[in-house]
Amino acid sequence: MVERNRILDWLTWAVVLAGIVLVCFPIYVTFVASSLTATEVLQSPMTLIPGPHLIENYRTALFVGVGESSVPVGLMLFNSLVLAMGVAVGKIATSIISAYAVVYFRFPFRKLAFWAIFVTLMLPVEVRIMPTYKVVSDLGMINTRSGLILPIVASATATFLFRQMFLTVPDELTEAARVDGAGPMQFFWHILLPLSYTTIAALFVIQFIYGWNQYLWPLLITTDRNLTPIVVGVTQMISRGGDAATQWNLVMATVMLAMIPPAVIVVLLQRWFVKGLIETEK
Amino acid sequence: MEKRVVFNERWLPILLLMPQLLITIVFFFIPAGEALYQSLFRQDAFGLTMEFAGLDNFRMLFTDPNYLASFRTTAIFSVGVTVFGLAVALVLAWFADRLIRGATTVKTMIIWPYAIAPAIAGVLWMFLFNPSLGLVAHWLKMLGVDWNYLLNGTQALVLVTFISAWKQISYNFLFFLAGLQSIPKSLLEAAAMDGARSWKRFWSITFPLLTPTTFFLLVINMIYAFFDTFPIIDAVTQGGPAQSTEILVYKVYNDGFKGLDIGGSAAQSIILMIVVTLLTIVQFRHVERRVSY
Repeated sequence: MVERNRILDWLTWAVVLAGIVLVCFPIYVTFVASSLTATEVLQSPMTLIPGPHLIENYRTALFVGVGESSVPVGLMLFNSLVLAMGVAVGKIATSIISAYAVVYFRFPFRKLAFWAIFVTLMLPVEVRIMPTYKVVSDLGMINTRSGLILPIVASATATFLFRQMFLTVPDELTEAARVDGAGPMQFFWHILLPLSYTTIAALFVIQFIYGWNQYLWPLLITTDRNLTPIVVGVTQMISRGGDAATQWNLVMATVMLAMIPPAVIVVLLQRWFVKGLIETEK
Repeated sequence: MEKRVVFNERWLPILLLMPQLLITIVFFFIPAGEALYQSLFRQDAFGLTMEFAGLDNFRMLFTDPNYLASFRTTAIFSVGVTVFGLAVALVLAWFADRLIRGATTVKTMIIWPYAIAPAIAGVLWMFLFNPSLGLVAHWLKMLGVDWNYLLNGTQALVLVTFISAWKQISYNFLFFLAGLQSIPKSLLEAAAMDGARSWKRFWSITFPLLTPTTFFLLVINMIYAFFDTFPIIDAVTQGGPAQSTEILVYKVYNDGFKGLDIGGSAAQSIILMIVVTLLTIVQFRHVERRVSY
């Protein structure tokens, strides 16, 4: 700090606390609501002291489900996990090998291939939603996990990031590997891949969250409730307008369950997360 | 930049590129081409006949009061989201940067909501602002505000703008904090010795040095407001009441899947593609030559 200033110090804490309240208050209220009975939630104003029904509510949500014709939230969590892992692993795997091809080989149309991948960065799935849906339905991939995951796997960001990272790898390493008789795939497995671990970790955190938080695409592709991920499932539990017909205590338990896995990843892997966020946007 | 040392394989690189290229072609270039093609045709609601329409779909869009209204809504919404999200995050980051004790905990507490899905953020706040049972709605009514976002279009737009900006605070905070921490302390100390107070130092040193970060976040937040806020709108208002929160990306979905207007929806897709391409070009030009002093 440059100088001492009592008033500013107090103001600092006031602002920071206000910020934390702004960011965390809705989550606290959600937590409280998930520990009450359905009627207690409907009382206006709702209490801000947690009730005793926490475990009961989570158990009902996880194993029975919320509302009629709904599947257990446990299954939704599993679907989300498959989706998030599929997207993260798929994106990293396809990107790292295509970046390797673009950087370490010379072949016709190399530049064109790179730009063809790169331009996808510009079009989020929301923008081209109708025709993409049609392609997936023509391929008979509606209500399949591959139809859910594959269209969002193409990743220009990840390819670009790996390319940048590979370009910083010294040529001497490649030469040394070649002198020792290593072929291109051996070089990739034993030298390039271990050098990429930090980039992979950072990308994994970002892409896992990206996959977990997908909404529109799963909403359209998984009309079969057994495939619905939790983020989509939650919104379907709420009757339109969010009136009294909604079992809010169970919905809020589901909301908590939907937030916990990505939140845990961000908090535990904060270092990788910050690195990933700042590097993918460069 | 190019590698000097490369491998001389012929088919291996093609093989390595295949998965990525296949996905890109099937799920990206074909749909984009299809959208372009469809936008030039008129189709009946049953999808039986296609009639070449030239640029009619586009011409119809720009004379359609609903579409123009959606443009206006999107403009208000995206400016609101960007300005509010950036302002709150900058203030928070500036004060958090002053902290000596507890800085790491504070940082984690503000950053972790990044993990919350936009749809979930919508549900969280919808619960608090629900006119009949929401806690914040209750407080607003005690203050004498006639709060009902389900009927009042302006309130609905304010609500989705607020939620969308809230969702971005963590992200903006992280970048502003990184930007602030990279400003050399010696500059601020020198200014302090010359007698510049905190406020003056902020406006004449800190803020100008943050220009690259601010500009970058401006573009990212615009892109976010245009495209990634779909789940918030869908969870909270479904574009209503009476289209008052129907932003462009929501209208593409509504007209295509609910209204079954294939040509019109495709033409809207094309317009959005142009918008996002322009925004991305701006972003990349900026990365090329960072705004700096």
